[in-house]
Amino acid sequence: MASSRDDFVIAIRSAFLKKSYQQKFSLLTLIFLSLIVIILGSFNFKAIQYIKIGINEVIYRSSFIASMPENYFKDLNIKIGEHLNLYDQYKKNKLELKKLKEKKLSNDFLILENNKLRELINEKIQSEDVYAKVLVDKDSPYLKSIILNKGSKDNVKIGMAIVDKSYLVGKIIEVNYTNSRALLLSDLNSKIPVLLEPIDIHAVLSGTGKNYGIIEYTKDEYKKKLSGNKIIVYTSGYGGLFKPGLPVGKIITNDLSLGSKVSFFSDFRQLDYVKIVSYEIGSGN
Amino acid sequence: MSSLNKNTILKSLLFYLPIFILFLSVFNEIDFNYLNIEYFSFNFVHILIFYWTLKNPRYLSYGSIFLAGIVNDVVVGIPIGFSSFCYLLICSVTAYLRNITITPNFINDWVSFLFTILLVNSIQVISLDIIFSIEINYMRYLINSGFTFILYPIFLVLFNLVEKKITIQAND
Repeated sequence: MASSRDDFVIAIRSAFLKKSYQQKFSLLTLIFLSLIVIILGSFNFKAIQYIKIGINEVIYRSSFIASMPENYFKDLNIKIGEHLNLYDQYKKNKLELKKLKEKKLSNDFLILENNKLRELINEKIQSEDVYAKVLVDKDSPYLKSIILNKGSKDNVKIGMAIVDKSYLVGKIIEVNYTNSRALLLSDLNSKIPVLLEPIDIHAVLSGTGKNYGIIEYTKDEYKKKLSGNKIIVYTSGYGGLFKPGLPVGKIITNDLSLGSKVSFFSDFRQLDYVKIVSYEIGSGN
Repeated sequence: MSSLNKNTILKSLLFYLPIFILFLSVFNEIDFNYLNIEYFSFNFVHILIFYWTLKNPRYLSYGSIFLAGIVNDVVVGIPIGFSSFCYLLICSVTAYLRNITITPNFINDWVSFLFTILLVNSIQVISLDIIFSIEINYMRYLINSGFTFILYPIFLVLFNLVEKKITIQAND
């Protein structure tokens, strides 16, 4: 009994403390080092922040270069899929274009009317746009985020909205000197205030870690309203981060027990260039 | 003379191949997510580290594994040092297994691999969720561990072929 315990202790000691052949560090040293790095990383000291930014800068750029071959195959996979569906897509687009042309006329009128009304109540929405290239697009099962090639030197700040064409795709969560990280709407940790139209209900859109989001925090009686309507999800502007009225997606399924699934308008797998936008809503005085 | 030089270059290239694949996979985060198969993902790095450190840790030094962990944390966006800690835990299990094993056996290794990835992933999800308050889909981690476990024998065959090549080159 005692000898088997001794064997166990010897094996453990040898595994952790002994430097194997061609190893510069013992396992225990490195495990302690990684624990120290984790603890130091949780402090907000300036020196640590600078080191972190430096590491991020180097690794993001290297990751962009290293993932070029993989991105090529990823794009090829998408392109092949698109070619196979070309004719069906053409027919769909033709129909959609016809409908959109009709809608555009009434939309132009609404935009003009909206501007006039804003002028009447003296409200101005000022926005600053920065165009950014997506450096790294990791569709990880854990964190859905993208790395952009604009950082604090381009006046990018935490919380700014990320827009693809005119659709909201996420917000900035980390800023380095020349690059930044944006959390996509599909991430589990993403929660944004939204407005469901045309039923005019405020709710919260949460990411699921998959390619769709779910509507949360709506009362049960509202859930009944959601069914049977073609509902578009827009940002509500609550919290002041996003401009109200940015299209996000549309509700595809509505289950009273599971919640409403939202299909995003933007395809997060195909983001090449995005707009980083900051809004300021205030009176014109 | 020239063939001798070529041989040396090839030898060192093959020797550093596991480290090269390790860094390539942490920079790329290889898990074939872009195939867009619902729930399909696996942790290639766990397989790679487990195999090579169990086989012979001189092919994959602990220092490079620590650095690869740092790179992975930055790319994925989780607290720095966290993956290094998890990767080194895998190394600890393999180091222990190497010390207590006299004759290596595939089934034993495979079962130990399951135990290791379950242990490492459990530590990872619980710490991320409770300590760092990052919302995590537990089911996805479990499925990821399942696929990683199932795919281990396939990579074992591939890595065995590479290992044989390295050994042959080293003995030449």
